Amino acid sequence: MENVLTKNIRPDQRPVSLKEYEEAGGYQAARDAVKKKTPKEVQEEVKKSNLKGRGGAGFPTGVKWGFVPLGDDAPRPKYLVANADEMEPGTFKDRVLLEGDPHLLIEGMIISAFAIDAEVSYIFLRWAYKKAEAAIEKALAEAYEAGYLGKNIFGSGYNLDMFLHTSVGRYMCGEETGLLNALEGKRATPRAKPPFPQTSGLFGKPTIVNNVETLCSVPSIIAKGADWYRKLSATEDGGTKLYGVSGRVNKPGVWELPMGTTMREIIEEHAGGMRNGLRFKGALPGGASTDFLVNEHMDIPMDYANVSNAGSRLGTGTLIVLDDQTCPVGFVLNLERFFARESCGWCTPCRDGLPWVERILESIEQGDGRNEDLDLLNMHTKYLGPGLTFCALAPGAMEPLQSALKYFAEDFERHIKEKRCPWRH
Amino acid sequence: MLSEQEQREIKAEFAHYPQKRAACIEALKVVQKHRGWVSDDGIKAIADFLDMSPEEVDNVATFYNLVFRKPVGRHVILICDSISCWVTGYEQIKEHLFERLGIALGETTKDNRFTLLPMACLGACDHAPVIMIDDDLYHDLTPEKIDQILENYE
Repeated sequence: MENVLTKNIRPDQRPVSLKEYEEAGGYQAARDAVKKKTPKEVQEEVKKSNLKGRGGAGFPTGVKWGFVPLGDDAPRPKYLVANADEMEPGTFKDRVLLEGDPHLLIEGMIISAFAIDAEVSYIFLRWAYKKAEAAIEKALAEAYEAGYLGKNIFGSGYNLDMFLHTSVGRYMCGEETGLLNALEGKRATPRAKPPFPQTSGLFGKPTIVNNVETLCSVPSIIAKGADWYRKLSATEDGGTKLYGVSGRVNKPGVWELPMGTTMREIIEEHAGGMRNGLRFKGALPGGASTDFLVNEHMDIPMDYANVSNAGSRLGTGTLIVLDDQTCPVGFVLNLERFFARESCGWCTPCRDGLPWVERILESIEQGDGRNEDLDLLNMHTKYLGPGLTFCALAPGAMEPLQSALKYFAEDFERHIKEKRCPWRH
Repeated sequence: MLSEQEQREIKAEFAHYPQKRAACIEALKVVQKHRGWVSDDGIKAIADFLDMSPEEVDNVATFYNLVFRKPVGRHVILICDSISCWVTGYEQIKEHLFERLGIALGETTKDNRFTLLPMACLGACDHAPVIMIDDDLYHDLTPEKIDQILENYE
């Protein structure tokens, strides 16, 4: 398989310079797109490629772009934002791209901005990625200097500015509309939808927010065509995917693989299997806000449809492994503590519900659980579920909880019956 | 009052946004960079400069966990307590830091050398457990490694 995302990445992660990036064929796709294609043509090619959002939601990228008004009557300026606020626990895939090949992101953003005829773009970067910040600052300066950003880029008549915004924390910044509020200098609380950002986003203007990995997939689609890109995948969903593994495996890491690679191949071949003496008990397939997969799911292709059929979500594609020597109740308690702390407090079920979930789990973990606590937890997974909160934070928080209650029911019950955590001695 | 240097740095951000107040977060970062934290006076100075009320600026400042509204030590240690670090040894790292520094989460050492804060996932889960000290990331940590690392910070 040909690598699309990681082809230029060095083993030591030192960022690729503009000169090196161009020697490897870089910026040719952006040049061709803005000089020879129309925005609609770029959109169509990306639609045909079946590229879906790599930030977690999996919405078809070309379709999302299609909601932005085009033509002379469209409100202006229009904006493109790269969501580089990678804060989903257990997720570290975009970091590789941001640190190692910042020009790939910039080129992907030029093409994507052109596809919606935007004139201003932002890279919304999380504060912790200091190396990425330095790499992007340098790459932006190089791209402006070369005339690939600014006025009349590539001599095409198309204008595009690109700015870096480094945030100051909070998980909510990764939520699309929370991110837009943060970019406007406000609290990163979510906005009511509709209106959707595609028609009324940043500063009330049409805006597209795409994940870093999504944007980095775009140059190859334009350079080599949608059909070529689709065939890189092992399944219906197009292209390649960055898969990662963390937890107690032999070789944690991140790898670019065909979309639809199985969990077994990812964990056993690429991550080198479980550490000595440990057994696989379960995994969150795509960050903290996805449902557990267990042994019976080892051989399903890890794409959007198949992971969804297995009762979870592909999410970010970075697996967090739970081993048999780690307490599943403690594991879920850690996740819920994170979500309770990161809740922005905007809507009541999330603000008040998540701390209760955390406290109930804590009492079970400490040996103070009661039988009715499991019913209470199950009730919360319904009342904090989709459609009942302002954004996806609380429903996402309920995904690992509801699946843990299902797959690890015995372990929860043992805590309550034995009045202690069986994993602590 | 903002210093001339602070004003210059904040003004440079105005060009990136259609509204002055959109630079509010950048302004908080600038002030914190120069002063270590953002005091009430810092909030008022930013508010004046951006034509906002102090309440509006504080509303933003208190939302973000890396805007410090209280003084911090010369170095800030951020310890990742999210899931991958928890699985691979967060508790041990935390206990060791407590013992070495004689402080708990949210506290500053008496000599003002370190402040210790809990932090959500630092995005280096393949090298868990991790901490950040100021702008530097330290990974694959053990208690012994931490002892060596702390030596580098005066």
